[in-house]
Amino acid sequence: MVSVTDLQEMYEAMVTARQYEERLQEEYLEGKQPAFDISAGPIPGELHLAAGHEASGAGVCQHLRDDDTVTAPHRPHHIAVAKGVDLKRMTAEIFGRETGLSKGKGGHMHLFDPDVNFACSGIIAEGCPPAVGAGLAAKKRNTDSVAVAFLGEGAIDQGAFLESLNLAAVQDLPVVFVVEDNDWAISMPKDRVTDVENGARRADGFDMPGTRVDADDAVAVYEAAREAIGRAQDRNGPSLLEVQVHRRMGHFMGDPEAYRSDEDKAAAERRDSIDRLEADLRAHGVDDETIDELRSSARERVEEAIEWAKEQPEPEPADAHEDVFTNPPSGVTDSEPNVAKTETGGDD
Amino acid sequence: MAQQEKDPAEGGQTDRSLTMSRAMVEAIAHEMREDDDVFYMGEDVADYGGIFDSTEGLLEEFGRDRIMDVPISETAYIGAAVGAAQAGMRPIAELMFVDFFGVGMDQIYNQMAKNTYMSGGAVSVPMVLTAAVGGTYNDAAQHSQTLYGTFAHLPGMKVVVPSTAYDAKGLMHNAIRDDDPVVYLFHKRLMGIGWLPAPDGPKTPVPEDEYTIPFGSADVKREGSDVTVVTLGLHVHRALEAADELADDGIDAEVVDLRTLVPLDTETVRDSVAKTGRLVVVDEDYRSFGVTGEIVARVAEAEDGLAALEAVERVAVPDVPLPYARPMENEVIPDAEDITDAVRAAHGDE
Repeated sequence: MVSVTDLQEMYEAMVTARQYEERLQEEYLEGKQPAFDISAGPIPGELHLAAGHEASGAGVCQHLRDDDTVTAPHRPHHIAVAKGVDLKRMTAEIFGRETGLSKGKGGHMHLFDPDVNFACSGIIAEGCPPAVGAGLAAKKRNTDSVAVAFLGEGAIDQGAFLESLNLAAVQDLPVVFVVEDNDWAISMPKDRVTDVENGARRADGFDMPGTRVDADDAVAVYEAAREAIGRAQDRNGPSLLEVQVHRRMGHFMGDPEAYRSDEDKAAAERRDSIDRLEADLRAHGVDDETIDELRSSARERVEEAIEWAKEQPEPEPADAHEDVFTNPPSGVTDSEPNVAKTETGGDD
Repeated sequence: MAQQEKDPAEGGQTDRSLTMSRAMVEAIAHEMREDDDVFYMGEDVADYGGIFDSTEGLLEEFGRDRIMDVPISETAYIGAAVGAAQAGMRPIAELMFVDFFGVGMDQIYNQMAKNTYMSGGAVSVPMVLTAAVGGTYNDAAQHSQTLYGTFAHLPGMKVVVPSTAYDAKGLMHNAIRDDDPVVYLFHKRLMGIGWLPAPDGPKTPVPEDEYTIPFGSADVKREGSDVTVVTLGLHVHRALEAADELADDGIDAEVVDLRTLVPLDTETVRDSVAKTGRLVVVDEDYRSFGVTGEIVARVAEAEDGLAALEAVERVAVPDVPLPYARPMENEVIPDAEDITDAVRAAHGDE
């Protein structure tokens, strides 16, 4: 059974992620009013928020250690929070600052925190093969760490996912694939792109266990993940979990969601896994005061990260030419600056 | 076939201006009305109308059978377009971002591009692969590339890059009618999408009637006598902006819009350089092994080409992935000032 400590920790991770997303949304929209220009404001570019997905990240990552690997897709923040990614440096990265996780080179879809073995990628399902690789390394080195690949339900039709299932299965690798089913692949509902409503059945073809958690329920995710991760830790091979979540904020900020009915949005919002977990906490005897404390400490942490990030320096233009290689080759024009910018660039 | 049709560029008077996306959609709709074999497959192309408005309104007219939302399975649906084309249909398959090409690249370059040749001409693949390209809005390394040179390098694909609504429509008509695979790369910044404002320039008058623009016909977007600027896509507009500024200083730049990379209109480029003696090539793709080097080589290879060439400058993305943060993205993607500086350098007044 899940302990009260686990419940509280998951709640804290979920509330932190939700408050973080709400604050990012505010910051992102600054400078984009009244006319929405995606390249304006303190956070430019695409922003894919994960509000509504929190149960998945928290329920799974509650079982993981820093040396376990997680790969996430383009909607990564709730998973990163639950995995213990450095929130300040992640925020600085999203604001494109020099002290961000990737010195401002990656942005919100390309967050890397090697300290906790977290990475994400903007191409869907493409985090699956690297997770298999982390599992392979664990097996070869005979450690007990595991790898978890998160992906959306829209990604389960990709070759990278299906090939990864097979490779992990045939090599008996300690990998767990977690499909977050938020019902929508941008504008495409699940039943338009696959005939198999239960994505966990993809596992059947590879002779691995597949489980679907059919409600936005952190505790149910936690229980299903415990079994799958335990199986990986015991070196009994990979598993597939599909977890029902919901999408509260559009595919990306600026998505008009004209394709989605108001009823669908309202129904999704009623499935809030944070409310559900709060009820679970109360049922386990956690009082209002404790819950309030968890919420306010989450808020403080989020505010602190955002304030810190906004104070960080922007990268220098010339920094763009660094980090292409770990060992930069010498004597070739691998990173020459633009002709017009030779005064500022070309420092390597 | 379509190559022989005449370009009504001069005869296309109209007061009606369209965004580049509307012009593209108009050509697609026309071809779909004319030919039941034309259909469109992609992610979010039906109800959404294309993330970059590339299919806006087409679902309402043509229905789901012909405007097909497909699973996120690029290998499968791009390959299916190849197969349907070989079966005699004229599919259009959309890759949402060109950066996603890697997911389905075998179908693109080992099937689509090579089947005609490998069959000794027995098979043709009359399909269009559309894809959104380009940066300038901080979408980082996996969503900002143009990859012009990548597709043009691999034999067997025609490669189209419109810079205006007028060109976009005529080139799209030609792309759909062409009997070969055509990669049609539209720049996000030029489409006229509400959330990604376009510069002045791509929205142009567009005739309501159909017309084709032959592949391999570069367009001199601005005539000039001092320096030739060869470019494509978004950078046509940045080059025109630079040319306006240079004109104030008495430097008269000619801006050549390539419009297609395969086939490449070498003659127009060479003629221009023969006139100006100075060449600046501007590209939003990576610098090495790409469009800039190819254009310089084509000019140098001409008879007396090297002798006529007084100065050469290349302006392109240095060989780094596209960074996210604004100062770094601005550093690597050439802007009008970079082009101005390069033209001045070529002109000899640094």
